[in-house]
Amino acid sequence: MNALGGRLLSQPSFYASAGAVIVWLVIVVYSGGMGAGAVASAALNYSVFFAIVGLGQMLVMASGAGNIDLSIPANVTLAAYLSTGQMMGSDSGLILGVLIALAAGAAIGAGNALLVLAFRIPPMVATLASGLVLESFTFVYSRISVAKPSPLLAEFTTDRLFGIPDVTLAAIVASLILIVFLKQSLFGRSLFACGQNETAAWLSGINIRWTRVAAYVLCGVFTSLAGILFAGFVGGPSLNMGSEFLLSSIAVVVIGGTNVAGGQATVIGTWSASLFLFLLLSMLNVFQVDPGLRNVATGVLIIAVLALNKSRPAQ
Amino acid sequence: MGRGIVAEIGRNLNALGIRRFGLALLALTVIMATVLWLRPNIASYNGLRLLLSLSPVLVFTALAQMFVMTAGDIDLGIGPYVGLVNCVVAGLLRDQPVLASALLLCCPLSYGLMGALVHVRQLPSIVVTLGASFIWLGLALTVLPLPGGNVPVWVTSFVRLRPPGIPLPIILAFVPMVVAHLVLNKMSYGVVLRGIGGSLSAVERAGRSTLKARMSLYALAGCCGLFAGLCLAAVTTTGDANVGRGLTLLSIGAVIIGGGEFVGGIVSPIGTVLGALIMQLSGSLLSFASVAPAWQYSVQGCILLTILALRVVSWRRVRI
Repeated sequence: MNALGGRLLSQPSFYASAGAVIVWLVIVVYSGGMGAGAVASAALNYSVFFAIVGLGQMLVMASGAGNIDLSIPANVTLAAYLSTGQMMGSDSGLILGVLIALAAGAAIGAGNALLVLAFRIPPMVATLASGLVLESFTFVYSRISVAKPSPLLAEFTTDRLFGIPDVTLAAIVASLILIVFLKQSLFGRSLFACGQNETAAWLSGINIRWTRVAAYVLCGVFTSLAGILFAGFVGGPSLNMGSEFLLSSIAVVVIGGTNVAGGQATVIGTWSASLFLFLLLSMLNVFQVDPGLRNVATGVLIIAVLALNKSRPAQ
Repeated sequence: MGRGIVAEIGRNLNALGIRRFGLALLALTVIMATVLWLRPNIASYNGLRLLLSLSPVLVFTALAQMFVMTAGDIDLGIGPYVGLVNCVVAGLLRDQPVLASALLLCCPLSYGLMGALVHVRQLPSIVVTLGASFIWLGLALTVLPLPGGNVPVWVTSFVRLRPPGIPLPIILAFVPMVVAHLVLNKMSYGVVLRGIGGSLSAVERAGRSTLKARMSLYALAGCCGLFAGLCLAAVTTTGDANVGRGLTLLSIGAVIIGGGEFVGGIVSPIGTVLGALIMQLSGSLLSFASVAPAWQYSVQGCILLTILALRVVSWRRVRI
């Protein structure tokens, strides 16, 4: 039993998962058991977008210390406009819109990788600057397009199967594939090797450059995907819809237990942290805490989870 | 004779770290020259005063970011922190001066404590400051739930000062630059401050407290953020909790353009101030050049990328 407990505690994703469960229980107890399913269902639906973006950010962060993508908010907004601008409220443009937005996401990721790897600009500033450039494009495009999500997309992001949103089910299946992929594939192993020790990875014949390019491209694609789905969920894009993804994309990755210095990542942790953050906000809403204190509590809990997580026994 | 003077100037510039901030100086000169070419009227006392009226905010914020980056850390919460100071000044200082002053005094102290937390628990600063950003924003919203408030007259009258000869914003860029340069590069304790970013164990073995050094750097950052918030309140004469959102990223950009690096220990106070002025002026430049507002972000991003790409080419750093 002790061994099992120790193993659980040493899981990087333990504290985020435990936090999500505890907060959910608190909400359930406070509301007298009513709406337990509804809260969980809403959390699963809303946090899926943050989880998808977080998974992209996680891959970039795992590829080595200092790697980070700050163009995520701009990418989310651009993808939302590009896809819904093609759909114009009908299902006929759905596939083309999704494909265009995903291709743009991949191109953005490749562009970021180019700036970071070829021009050797620190990732934090390179992606910040590319985000600024993207914002302009989005602004211009938003004025010439009729952006409205197709009914099918809107349905997919809000419909539920046995109480679990369709989009969440799909994302969970995709995440399971990602877990296996990261563990078994050449890319997954190279990614963590690069993050742990660049020189050792290089000496063992891993192509560091292409591994990092792949990480940035995947991050771009994931972010675009989240942007498309989020546009369907909220019923259409808006120019500042991406802004809340900037800080939360970093927060979910690190609270989830991924190492900021790279070399290690946890898909489950990122999911748990997304749920935890959403449930936390719901809990503070249920308690009718005013917006100021709600932010303070969020900040304190982020730091607390991080401090706890850091104190776990070494693996 | 003439050659001697040139050599002397060269030596002095070298001592200031011209290699680090040279490109920023060049970029600022180009941008300033273009601004003056487009709007010759600016080359006057009042013209400069108006053009640079908001620059002290970014100068102080960038210096705050620089102190944190000296420790090899990064501060994602400095913008909301400036917003908090702004809200305390606008929301409380006139009606409850004692409480407000106490709060303002606590701000840099809490920054020092944040440094201690990062140091003792060995937490990634990027996440601690990210968490702290929510705390600053929350406190700011509690102090001043809606934008507005009243900034005391003595604060606003300070930025209306007209010192003879040199416009106030230029003094407010030059003085903090000199002070920060003296602290980091001339004071003997500056070696310890820079040292913890460079090699923590070396500082430890030299018998200096690394905890104290990191707390000092964070407290210095907190002080700079305090000045930034005061300037912001004085110039805008209102308070707004969300005003600092964009400042965080601008401040990181300013430090990096100014020759700073993310690895810690390598920063240039002179370059940082130049970088802040570049970030500030490139916005004005674009509106003077009547670039459509939609494309201003884009061009600003490209200016940033160009300077950094040039720096890489000019430094020719060794690969892996």
